Amino acid sequence: MPKSLGRRGFLKGAAGGAAAMAAGTPAAQAQQPTVRRAAGVPSAAARADETGPVSASVEVLTADRPGADFMVDVLKTLGFEYICANPGSSFRALHESIINYGGNKAPELITCCHEEQSVAMADGYARIEGKPLAVMAHSTVGLQHASMAIYNAFAARSPAYIILGNTIDATARRPGVEWYHSAQDAAAMVRDYSKWDDLPISLPHFAESAVRAYQIAMTPPHGPVLLVADSDLQETPIEASAKLRIPKLTLSSAPAGEMAAVSEVAKLLVAAENPVILADRAVRTAEGMKLLVQLAETVQAPVVGGKFPSHHPLNQAGGRGLIGSADLIVGLEVPDLWGSINTVRDQLHRSVQTYTKPGAKVVNISAVNLDIKSNYQFFQRYPETDVSIAADAEATLPYLIEACKRLITPDRKRVMDERGRKLAAAHEQGLERARTEAAYGWDSTPISTARLSAEIWEVVRDKDWSLVGGAPSRLWSVDTVYRTAGGGGAYGVGYSAPGSVGAALANRKYGRLSVAIQTDGDLMYAPGALWTAAHHRVPLMSVMHNNRAYHQEVMHIQRMANRHQRGITNAGIGTTLTDPNIDYATIARGMGVHGEGPITDPKDLAPALRRAMDVVLRGEPALVDVVTQPR
Amino acid sequence: MRLVALLTLASALVAQTPSALNGKKLFDSYGCYQCHDHDGHGGAGARLAPNPLPFAAFSKYVRQPTGEMPPYTKKVVSDRELADIYAYLQSIPQPPAAKSIPILNH
Repeated sequence: MPKSLGRRGFLKGAAGGAAAMAAGTPAAQAQQPTVRRAAGVPSAAARADETGPVSASVEVLTADRPGADFMVDVLKTLGFEYICANPGSSFRALHESIINYGGNKAPELITCCHEEQSVAMADGYARIEGKPLAVMAHSTVGLQHASMAIYNAFAARSPAYIILGNTIDATARRPGVEWYHSAQDAAAMVRDYSKWDDLPISLPHFAESAVRAYQIAMTPPHGPVLLVADSDLQETPIEASAKLRIPKLTLSSAPAGEMAAVSEVAKLLVAAENPVILADRAVRTAEGMKLLVQLAETVQAPVVGGKFPSHHPLNQAGGRGLIGSADLIVGLEVPDLWGSINTVRDQLHRSVQTYTKPGAKVVNISAVNLDIKSNYQFFQRYPETDVSIAADAEATLPYLIEACKRLITPDRKRVMDERGRKLAAAHEQGLERARTEAAYGWDSTPISTARLSAEIWEVVRDKDWSLVGGAPSRLWSVDTVYRTAGGGGAYGVGYSAPGSVGAALANRKYGRLSVAIQTDGDLMYAPGALWTAAHHRVPLMSVMHNNRAYHQEVMHIQRMANRHQRGITNAGIGTTLTDPNIDYATIARGMGVHGEGPITDPKDLAPALRRAMDVVLRGEPALVDVVTQPR
Repeated sequence: MRLVALLTLASALVAQTPSALNGKKLFDSYGCYQCHDHDGHGGAGARLAPNPLPFAAFSKYVRQPTGEMPPYTKKVVSDRELADIYAYLQSIPQPPAAKSIPILNH
């Protein structure tokens, strides 16, 4: 029986004891306790093992082509621009193959300081680019770090692509740490909120599952996928006789609504006197935005929410009041349709109020039911509807538009045009109201959020801008799909900082000015994203909405204290970020990012933003800390 | 005797005159700012100033709100404190006209 250390035994650190055991100790004796030497103090025998001639009992591990090289070939065919990772030994071979064999290009390795950051960057990147960014994560602990960001991506229907290192063969693991960092079924912990995963046991299996994973991630509803890359599979040399091929990737077309149901919705839309379109996540692409505009204009219906041009006359942002007078509500990829037409008052008494008037029809077109899970309750309360279509809304829009056009008579056209004129007037009034409201507190200290938003808009409006974190005010002209990226899909705090860096990374090659309105509580979860932005020269202007609190939680404690009639003066305990105030500009500078602030006087804001923008236009990140009113 | 009476009356009046200064402190310590911002200009909640509602309507709403605002009972905010808060809201000046702010009018 040949003596063997196993494939990776040679480098088992300070492995004198292990080497001795492996040198032919009979099984019965192997069960005797063995005194191990401390790591980092190699024995003379171990030093001899590592520096002396290779003995017959030691497996030679030098190889021209490890399995990880083929994995890189697969990743290259899938067209990944970047792969985000915090380094971890369970994917050390793949890491090395990417930077050496793959030339650290397509994908280029992006160094992250936390796996939550890696996945959030992938999520943010996909919001702009519409395709996945790859992530490598380290077995158990790395995936545990990544899990919240995976849940956010899943809820946002964002196609993150995660490669998880793991060591399946128990006898191939190094003693100690690697056992803590290995799992039987590593992907299990996120299976409830990821779309698909696999554990390939051969390189052909890896190639096939890698291509399948990409296809699944990119089929609406999009979602994160995981591929477990066994460390032995990465490190074992490719056999000369191996016949490896990479399957062709064909993306699935998005599922469109069944025509009879689509025709029924068209009839309702054309006949409605006061229809409202709730567009939340309806738009995935630039083409989708054009289609949504086309639908709205075809039937002259107001659009509330979602990626609809903000200065279009049919945009009725904040027009929730329209729901109360609507006779038809059409939800397009609305994650919480029930919550859009009902409200729960959560004060001394809980009560439910329905916005809709009696007899109003409700339509739901959403792909969420095509990929539903049981455990995590992202699917929200069950909405009662009159027509429900399980399909991708954007893919359904062309058919819905054509079906509407076929049904519009001259009489209906007159009614629709008249409605459109009223809506256009309401839109203008809404803009005027927004201007008036923005003036309140204009010179306040702390700085009002309306002033913060207006000052940022003034700096970016003549650029090709992209708001990669936070939401624009109504005064911003959002005219194309990449202008906004949205927030954490499951409202998991800690998304915005890394998500905005990922989105800015996607914007970089187009020369867009990426800007994020960055909240303070969120930044404190994963501030290392700033270092990643500096290290990889990601141009991003982060402007802090620093209210020195987890403000949502302040309000919850206030609510409880009120309910219990104990006064609310203690609501700041455990919810505020003061004493000491956090100096975000110094944190930024410490990470190599241009940092300004804290800005407390509104007059200082514009000059600071312009200085920061100059830095960003040079291709580097900048942060301006602005102390703001709470909301 | 007359002087004492006058001083007593003056003292009573001072004691009863709502204090905008104290109202500002209460506005923060009682967390009004959390939804209405420190200057009462609104935020997550409604705009309260300038030009607050008449006191009777204001007081009624604070005690028995109908929207998302949590109710503030007399046990939590006394009538006197509420009057001080109202005085603070009355003291908040008008903002500049939106039309006079160039960056709001592009």
